[in-house]
Amino acid sequence: MKGRDTMETHTDAAGIKLGMWIFLFSEIMLFGGLFVLYAVYLTTFTPDFVAGGKQLDLSAGAINTIILLISSFTMAASVTAMRRETKKKALVLLGLTLFFGALFLFNKYVEWGHKIEAGIYPNSPSLAAGPPGANIFFALYYIITGLHGLHVIIGMIVIGFGAAKVAMRGVSTRTHTLVENSGLYWHLVDMIWIFVFPLFYLVI
Amino acid sequence: MASHLEETHISSYKSLFGVLLALLALTGVTVFASTIDIGSWNVALALLIASVKASFVALFFMHLKYESRFLKIMFIITLMFLGIIIGFIFWDVSFR
Repeated sequence: MKGRDTMETHTDAAGIKLGMWIFLFSEIMLFGGLFVLYAVYLTTFTPDFVAGGKQLDLSAGAINTIILLISSFTMAASVTAMRRETKKKALVLLGLTLFFGALFLFNKYVEWGHKIEAGIYPNSPSLAAGPPGANIFFALYYIITGLHGLHVIIGMIVIGFGAAKVAMRGVSTRTHTLVENSGLYWHLVDMIWIFVFPLFYLVI
Repeated sequence: MASHLEETHISSYKSLFGVLLALLALTGVTVFASTIDIGSWNVALALLIASVKASFVALFFMHLKYESRFLKIMFIITLMFLGIIIGFIFWDVSFR
């Protein structure tokens, strides 16, 4: 077991990271495709999109942006803590990242709840009867923020798994790679939100 | 072993915190920019600010600045493919 460990640390750390990046590139294309959809419909139904954006809660979106940016910072800091082999600090920072991730999801839950209560959800009677542009705007809103939320959940699971490994096994090349790659994923999720926020909450 | 040297770069807490402050400031800028009506340029401006923010995240939080040239080129190629998709779809849509 020990022998295997050292062999992997020498050959895999760079390879695993490269694999992670290639996966992230595919994620960029996935969300990129959805953003293209948004862009095309924005040019077709500009007034409806503007009206739709005004219905979204700007402060909720802005607060979630701040939360996610701070969580990205704590994540990046935990990678630094891992590099410096300060296990406790790394674990605290990973815990904070999870906390902010949960806070983000909670806000999103409240925000979706308000919208659904107001009768704005896919195929709702009010949207189906309204202009097609508004229907498309909110369909895209639910698809993109929903897929993004799913990524936040997956990111939290991976980070939690990494934190548990660090807590059990301490700082090693293996656990370091795990934390670093979960961090890369988390930052990508943050990056996508950076584009979601102005496109949905700030359309003029 | 240039790649090994690059791998040992550790971002200080201070520099990471600086990046966070820059990102928060840019969030403020993008919210403020949305209150000024400059027509369709609003979308362009919002996307420009978002791109700057995303670059900060990629370069410093994701450590891309200190990665190998190979990875950087791959990242740029991905963005080029995204550009091709966006370009061709708009070419199609605008001539219908």
